[in-house]
Amino acid sequence: MSITLADLNKKLADAGYIADRELAMALHLMEILRRPLLLEGEAGVGKTEVANALAHVHGAKLIRLQCYEGLDRSEALYEWNYQRQLLAIQARNTPTNEDEIFSERYLLERPLLQSIRQEKPPVLLIDEIDRADEEFEAFLLELLSDFQVSIPELGTIKATSIPRVILTSNGTREISDALRRRCLYHYVDFPDVDREAAILQRRIPDIGATFALQIARALEKIRKEDLRKNPGVAETLDWAAALLGLNVKNLHSNPETVFDTMMCLIKTQEDKSRFTREVAERVLGKVA
Amino acid sequence: MNAVLLRISAFSQLLRNHGFVAGLGECADAARIIAELDSQRPADLRSAFKALFCSRVSDWKEFDELFNSFWLGSGMKNLLKVGGASPVSSQSTLSPMAGKTTGQNDTSELADQISGSAGQEIEDGGTGKSEGASSTETSGHTDFRKIADPMELAKAHAAAAQLAKAMRTRLTRRDRARAKGRRIDLRATIRHSVGHGGIPIELSFRQRKTRPLRLIVLLDASGSMQMYTAVFTRFIHGVLDSFHEAEAFVFHTRLAHISAAMKEKNATRALEHMSLMTQGVGGGTRIGESLATFNKWHAKRVLNSRSCVMILSDGYDTGTPEILARELKRLRQRCRRIAWLNPMMGWNGYKPDARAMQAALPYLDLFAPAHNLESLAALEPYLARL
Repeated sequence: MSITLADLNKKLADAGYIADRELAMALHLMEILRRPLLLEGEAGVGKTEVANALAHVHGAKLIRLQCYEGLDRSEALYEWNYQRQLLAIQARNTPTNEDEIFSERYLLERPLLQSIRQEKPPVLLIDEIDRADEEFEAFLLELLSDFQVSIPELGTIKATSIPRVILTSNGTREISDALRRRCLYHYVDFPDVDREAAILQRRIPDIGATFALQIARALEKIRKEDLRKNPGVAETLDWAAALLGLNVKNLHSNPETVFDTMMCLIKTQEDKSRFTREVAERVLGKVA
Repeated sequence: MNAVLLRISAFSQLLRNHGFVAGLGECADAARIIAELDSQRPADLRSAFKALFCSRVSDWKEFDELFNSFWLGSGMKNLLKVGGASPVSSQSTLSPMAGKTTGQNDTSELADQISGSAGQEIEDGGTGKSEGASSTETSGHTDFRKIADPMELAKAHAAAAQLAKAMRTRLTRRDRARAKGRRIDLRATIRHSVGHGGIPIELSFRQRKTRPLRLIVLLDASGSMQMYTAVFTRFIHGVLDSFHEAEAFVFHTRLAHISAAMKEKNATRALEHMSLMTQGVGGGTRIGESLATFNKWHAKRVLNSRSCVMILSDGYDTGTPEILARELKRLRQRCRRIAWLNPMMGWNGYKPDARAMQAALPYLDLFAPAHNLESLAALEPYLARL
């Protein structure tokens, strides 16, 4: 074991990610058990950020695969460089040896293949796996257990290093039990007040401890307002930056500006009409 | 060390009883964690086991309590409450209902809701549109209400199930019969061109595989629908059995997810399962509230851009039409089509004047009768176009 839990926590903080205990433990277990980690949670809670931080901790390269409906092997794994192949065939003007055309030179590595051919184990982020099709999920499962890829024209390519794999899911589609079992699991919730304040201070150094705490408390209340789309951490940061930019250092000092800037947090028309001035005042009233 | 292993396997047994997926692999890894973890504090161990044993949100929320009661001996009462190993399937089916994750009391709560009925007055109204058909021949034309003979009823049930299957096969075949694709498949083209000295004479095409439609059925099981519920249930059973992707829900004053219960191969047993969940049939209908529950807790998981939502209801709603309209609007944004099948439309002189129906109409893609098998069959071409 290369790194202890306490070390990991410290390094995560250095990377700018304030992790709760359970997440740090899950990341630690990834090292011990060599299993992928599945992160679930609402949009905007910082799932993708975890992978960034982990890459930073290990000084590893981050390779990202964004999933979408219709993603297939040629986009995710490898593809032949057809243009070059065609050119090569044409340029020779003689019957070409097929082996030459299907050699490494003409192979385009896509994220998955790339991630197993690194010298140093990279962090592989498979983002929004729930958007990909079931077939792709099954294929991924195979890759995650064998870490080898077979290319008919080239043969089997074995992993030179086993990547650390993080999968994220938004719950667009229920992902299969087989994949869930393969992975460690962590549910990323909205940060609690203290953690959100810590994140604010980390990301926006001139914010000051009291103001950060005040904003975090306001956000806690806003998320209880039953909005259709709860503001995530990114929105919090936007709002804080907007307030600072407008020279507001206290939520009670300038109600007009505060209310106007709150629109950083609201992302749908429906929420906008529901989040009236009265609601805003009620929320802010509860924040000391 | 052996004692630890025993405890771990007992713990995983407990988790399995609570619907976790905890197998040998997880147990072995748990033992490894205990051996290798540098901290042995209970809180750290809990986080570690949590990451290992959980595999979905519901597990995540339940885990701490289970861990504490098993390893730390607190909260024993809770452990006993569920120790009777209630069948996992029904537990997970009921739990998302009305947003409460406890799920334990829901059946009893459902049973309590035998209240005064709304919409009973229509029971005696109207006669079937297709009255001229003889009821002795195939029950295709006969209004489901009019089938009294149990044998006939069984036939209608079987036909409904059959119909659901036929829909599925026909839909699939149509997908396969697509013509050539519009994108050139370079990989295959180059392969072919090798034989021609590198000149791509034969082009190969590819088309993205079209995926079959996903069907979500919401069945109104209120008192006013009583005469139709049984046949529709058989229809749903057929749909779930044969469609690759389908989900079913039942609602009256609240919504229940019945897909898991209906996965039972034996249709009669499935019906029993379901009747347990829908006890309280005969109370009023809250279509709007039920849809709200659906939108809030199930829609995200169940719906995608290829989904068709099929609502089987007579539109007699004891809730407010405004809520219904709002929820239908939300639903509309999430799925491809909404089809509302109303058995009463088959009655002579029926006009959709129930207030709820009026509120709903603007958001529907299809509003059609569903009082006999023919009308269900007539839907198939519509579904195929999706």
